[in-house]
Amino acid sequence: MSSRNSVSSPFRLLEGPQTLGKGPGFWSGFALVLALACIYPLFADGYDVGNNVYFFNWAFMALGLSLIWGYGGALSFGQTAFFGVAGYAYGVFTINLGDAYGLTFFSLLAAVGVSALFAAVLGYFLFFGRISGVFLGIVTLSVTLVLERFMSQTAGPEWAIGSARLNGFNGMGGMPSLTIPWPGGDIALYPDVALYYLTLAMLVAVYLALRILVNSRFGNVLVAIRENPQRAEMLGYDIRRYQLGAFVIGSALAGLSGVLYTAWGNYITPSSMGMSAAALPVVWVAVGGRSDLTTTLFGTLLVLAGFQYLTIYGSQYALVVMGVLLVVTILAAPSGIFITLGSLFSKGLRRRLKRESV
Amino acid sequence: MDFLSGLFSFLYQTGDAFAFLVLSACGLAVIFGMMGIINLAHGEFILCGAYVTTSAVQLGLPLPIAILAGALVAGLVGMLLERVIIRHLYSRPLDSIVVTWGISMIATQGTLILLGSTMPGTGTPFGSFSVGGYGYSVYRLVLMLAAVATLAVLWLIFTRTRFGILARATIQVPHIAEALGVNTSLIYSLTFGLGAALAGLCGGLYAPTMTLVPTMGSAFVVEAFVTVVVGGADIFLGTAPAAAILAVVKAGLTSWQGQLAGQIGLLVAVIVVIRILPRGLTGFILRERA
Repeated sequence: MSSRNSVSSPFRLLEGPQTLGKGPGFWSGFALVLALACIYPLFADGYDVGNNVYFFNWAFMALGLSLIWGYGGALSFGQTAFFGVAGYAYGVFTINLGDAYGLTFFSLLAAVGVSALFAAVLGYFLFFGRISGVFLGIVTLSVTLVLERFMSQTAGPEWAIGSARLNGFNGMGGMPSLTIPWPGGDIALYPDVALYYLTLAMLVAVYLALRILVNSRFGNVLVAIRENPQRAEMLGYDIRRYQLGAFVIGSALAGLSGVLYTAWGNYITPSSMGMSAAALPVVWVAVGGRSDLTTTLFGTLLVLAGFQYLTIYGSQYALVVMGVLLVVTILAAPSGIFITLGSLFSKGLRRRLKRESV
Repeated sequence: MDFLSGLFSFLYQTGDAFAFLVLSACGLAVIFGMMGIINLAHGEFILCGAYVTTSAVQLGLPLPIAILAGALVAGLVGMLLERVIIRHLYSRPLDSIVVTWGISMIATQGTLILLGSTMPGTGTPFGSFSVGGYGYSVYRLVLMLAAVATLAVLWLIFTRTRFGILARATIQVPHIAEALGVNTSLIYSLTFGLGAALAGLCGGLYAPTMTLVPTMGSAFVVEAFVTVVVGGADIFLGTAPAAAILAVVKAGLTSWQGQLAGQIGLLVAVIVVIRILPRGLTGFILRERA
């Protein structure tokens, strides 16, 4: 492959020890899946395509959690906090700034920045306080639960930032969709084909960028920390910085999910940060296989599709099924269903499974 | 007189917060301190205790018996779960936490499906008394006593009974305990069951004061989490003093700015405390003594 020569060195890192899949076989499969995703809107009507953008919106948060939990070994149960913060921030920015001149994209970046900043502050206290895995999980979970309760009581008119009312339990609505400035009339990206392509492009870009990141020096150190923090520290790495870095990047991705979700549905509620909302990303990532980006991505989309199906045909059982799925996965296939199933057929996966189950 | 009634009001609030923190956290602390597992289904054991207690009262049992029944049922459910699921994950502590979250989802939503979105409560017993023109609930005083009594009983269990000695031996060096003939797997079950029963006790005690909904457990978990995080691994050196300190923070902020400020204050206090004392009060106290 031409991309393997040293001139284009970042692209060399698209494949490496920390990601499954390499060589022409994998990349032609990747191209095939991408092509299918690209031609899908030709065979479906705009309304369905727009609805299916919903699945992509969540994938960013899942990939971020895979980076923090799967690669970094830090159990963060509060990714929905960053989702919610960024969603609300997007609402506040866009309602105050409006949707002209591409300001919605500025708001998107600003909202993601807000969630990254929040993650940096929280992460500073957590990682520089050397919080161990278990406590990290429950502190982050507590943060998201308290945020939910805080936002739920912001119903009164005194809870407004500029002209944006926070609206308490009912949630905030009425923010504009992402809007591309265009000569002769701005293009508002309602849930339709255009938004689908934009989100797909972002997803592919984030996926490839994360592949490069985890195969780079940063990613290798991160995995070393997951495997043995003490050893990594003795080798001279400041593990706190690496973990904080992964936490901020992963949380910014959760924020991106929050912004895209809010812009997609023009709506965000406090319950998006509640207990069951916080559990869902953990289910997606654990079921797919948290220690790899590709399995996380496919697992997330698969579980989301299943969840959606269940919500339509047996709404109240959906969460029970998610819980059962989580318990069964952790007990029977701790590396995720794809790696466990794949190991039946492939030697490489079998080795990986063995390595991970130690 | 005004000062005295103000002082009484503050003490009452602090005592109330202390009772809430101790009762909601001690089950979590026993399981964490002994087994290193954070039980994310803690709120659902509280829920179980509350529902069983309320049903028992409606069947005509006196409240104290009903509360004990709630604790007992929660404890048995806890032991069952330990046998069936959690037992397989002792070598993977992080996964065991994720599993308890799955159990929590199943329990919350399952309760909603089976028992509906709410359950009629029993009302708070004992009425109220007034000091300096403000009314106070007698039952809240009972809860404070219950919190202290729970700590005392736990202390007796872990220092004076055979189970307590064996449990501490098992936790310290499991394979030596096993070599000396301790049935460690039974000890793990019993410890997990004890933690679950304490959660059930908390649910039972608070059931008369709350609205019974399937998500009621989440009203307790944040407080329970932060108390255990601040306290660290030891229930007597950690959880109890942590609850006392946090109770002052919470009562102060609550009377100043309201319920939510109290909760946010707790969380901020925790995040600051862990930056300074990563191993919680337990680590701090033990280092002082060493």
